[in-house]
Amino acid sequence: MAFLSIRDLTATVYDTTSEKEKEILKGVNLDIQGGTTHVLMGTNGSGKSTLAHILMGHPSYKVTGGSIDFEGQDLLRMAPDDRARNGLFLAFQYPPSIPGLPVATFLKRAAESSRGSEISVREFQRELRGHMKELQIPQSFLGRFINEGFSGGEKKRMEVLQLNLLDPKLVILDETDSGLDIDALKLLFKNIAARIRGGRSLLVISHYERVFDYINPDFVHIMKDGEIVRSGGPELGRSIHSEGFESAIAEASAGVMYGK
Amino acid sequence: MENNQREHLSRINSDYEDLYGFKAPTDYLNSSKKGLDEQVIRHISGMKKEPAWMLDFRLNALRIFREIPDPQWIDRDIFDSIDYNSLYYYAAATDKQFDDWDDVPDHIKETFDKLGVPEAEKKFLAGASAQFESEVVYHHMQEELQKQGVIFLDIDSGLREHEELFRRYFATLVPPDDNKFAALNSAAWSGGSFIYIPPGVKVDIPLQAYFRINAESMGQFERTLIIADKGASVHYIEGCTAPVYTRQSFHTGVIELFANEGSYLRYTTIQNWSNNVLNLVSQRAVAGKDAVVEWMDGNLGARTTMKYPSVALNGTGARGRVISIGYANQGQRQDAGAKIIHAAPHTSSSITSKSISHNGGRSSYRGLVKVSPGAHDVTSSVQCDALLLDNVSRSDTYPTIDVEENSRVQVSHEASVGKISEESMFYLMSRGIPEEEALFLIVNGFIEEFAKELPMEYAVELNRLIQLEMEGAVG
Repeated sequence: MAFLSIRDLTATVYDTTSEKEKEILKGVNLDIQGGTTHVLMGTNGSGKSTLAHILMGHPSYKVTGGSIDFEGQDLLRMAPDDRARNGLFLAFQYPPSIPGLPVATFLKRAAESSRGSEISVREFQRELRGHMKELQIPQSFLGRFINEGFSGGEKKRMEVLQLNLLDPKLVILDETDSGLDIDALKLLFKNIAARIRGGRSLLVISHYERVFDYINPDFVHIMKDGEIVRSGGPELGRSIHSEGFESAIAEASAGVMYGK
Repeated sequence: MENNQREHLSRINSDYEDLYGFKAPTDYLNSSKKGLDEQVIRHISGMKKEPAWMLDFRLNALRIFREIPDPQWIDRDIFDSIDYNSLYYYAAATDKQFDDWDDVPDHIKETFDKLGVPEAEKKFLAGASAQFESEVVYHHMQEELQKQGVIFLDIDSGLREHEELFRRYFATLVPPDDNKFAALNSAAWSGGSFIYIPPGVKVDIPLQAYFRINAESMGQFERTLIIADKGASVHYIEGCTAPVYTRQSFHTGVIELFANEGSYLRYTTIQNWSNNVLNLVSQRAVAGKDAVVEWMDGNLGARTTMKYPSVALNGTGARGRVISIGYANQGQRQDAGAKIIHAAPHTSSSITSKSISHNGGRSSYRGLVKVSPGAHDVTSSVQCDALLLDNVSRSDTYPTIDVEENSRVQVSHEASVGKISEESMFYLMSRGIPEEEALFLIVNGFIEEFAKELPMEYAVELNRLIQLEMEGAVG
């Protein structure tokens, strides 16, 4: 059994225009083994972010069929906080801002919740300082409110800071590379790559093959219209880069699944 | 998720009864009688050995109270439920006031011990006062301040010991005919604080008064007068709680603040009355040249609160600031707001109002910003944010802006109504934070602007209070 195993997953979301539930995942199958890196690509609206949010347990999506098994546990029965405490992490593409809640308070409570024990202020400061230095985040961030007035790049740094602090087993990056300048991209993805060595699994959602330079994916999947329509090795990503999604999908011998 | 949220939030203040709602014996009521008439007023005044002018003032106020109609601008049903004849207007649990907690009779001291009042005083107050029913039972101020000429007394002693100073200011900002409840207070007033800070004296550590109603159907008519003389500064904090009863109790205060030239005066309220208390308070301040007045107004409890702290900016360069939070739970009505009158040029003001409503609770912002003719170069900003936690609760804003001067006057008003963001909840939970704590963090963030203005210990207490009461709410 794989570390994460998604079977025939179907899901709907409430569509405000039609005022109806709209099918958004139409039977997703994906296996992720411990210590492997997967990249999920696909056009806008193909269901990549939806899949990421459903893995984390977003309440807006209704799972209508299929299963997700995470280390032998039924993930779909777990609340988001429970999933997080069991080692799942989603780096948000658009993390919300929370007025009045200081970054330091949030990070400490997040770390304590994940570890299941209180951390002394001094110890936490020392730990945090190390992580922040690595990511070139100034100390002044700690007193700011979560994502309030943060630039796109600052938000991404904060997401990676949380990733480092919580040290999860399975990391999902939802377009963490988009909106970053090249220096920031390099800094964050080198850091992530260093972190995931040693048994961590990674699911990277991205439009760009450039992230391959840092994370060396074992598998690449293409999503279209709520399904994974093609899976392959890193060469698949490169062919998307040169030929575009449609021809990469057309070349597919449908149903090839890697990583089982 | 929404159902759970509602459940967590309904726990806020749900253990009020354990923490604050306990009762001490009420034997002292044997010597009190219910209802308000001339005889009761004469009795109160006589007990206090007041000068004749004060008795006249009270009796006149009683006449006004009987003639004046209820406020017309709010729902009548608030007043329909009041039975004035069933209230105690004066009760004293002890005939003495003490300045050492060890001397305070046990059954009263126990109450304040449970509320943490002596402990707070030891840790971070320059002076403290504790009122039990109608009288201040404990009063103490650091010697340091006495030497500097600071006067901090219960208001009855203030009248006795500093009659001339007292009379110069008393009832000049809130006259008895201002409104029905000002009249009621003026007739029956007892207890409260009298504070005078001499010119240039800065009191860096807060002074506190704690108001406790103990008996059912009790009316507490606190009266507070604070004068900050030229260049002085002071921060006064009041806290309030009461036991939980089925019948109404009454808290009707009149607070008058005088900030003379260049002074700084802050008045902080943490009102956590039980849900059978009607809290109808008149709070008014006047700020002289370059003076600053700040009202920090926290309304967590009470069945109905009607309170609109006001500042008249009478001197050039004066500044006024009001930050309030209101928390309206089931059956509660928080009608709070602010009034700022710009009566001089180069004055500025800001009002921030944050309300949380749930379980059918109702909160309103009712405010006035007035710029008088001749008050040029004025800025004022009003920000009202309401958080509604379900579909049965309600929030309203009733802002009035009245500008009678055109020259460089900037007045802004912004209002928002929102719910707990599902995205924010999901975000916090996705980091391993349990649902009830995520909710608590968001609610706390919402009132941060208020909490950050409190002395550290109070902010922690407010925080602890909410967290404590939300604990264990996940089923």
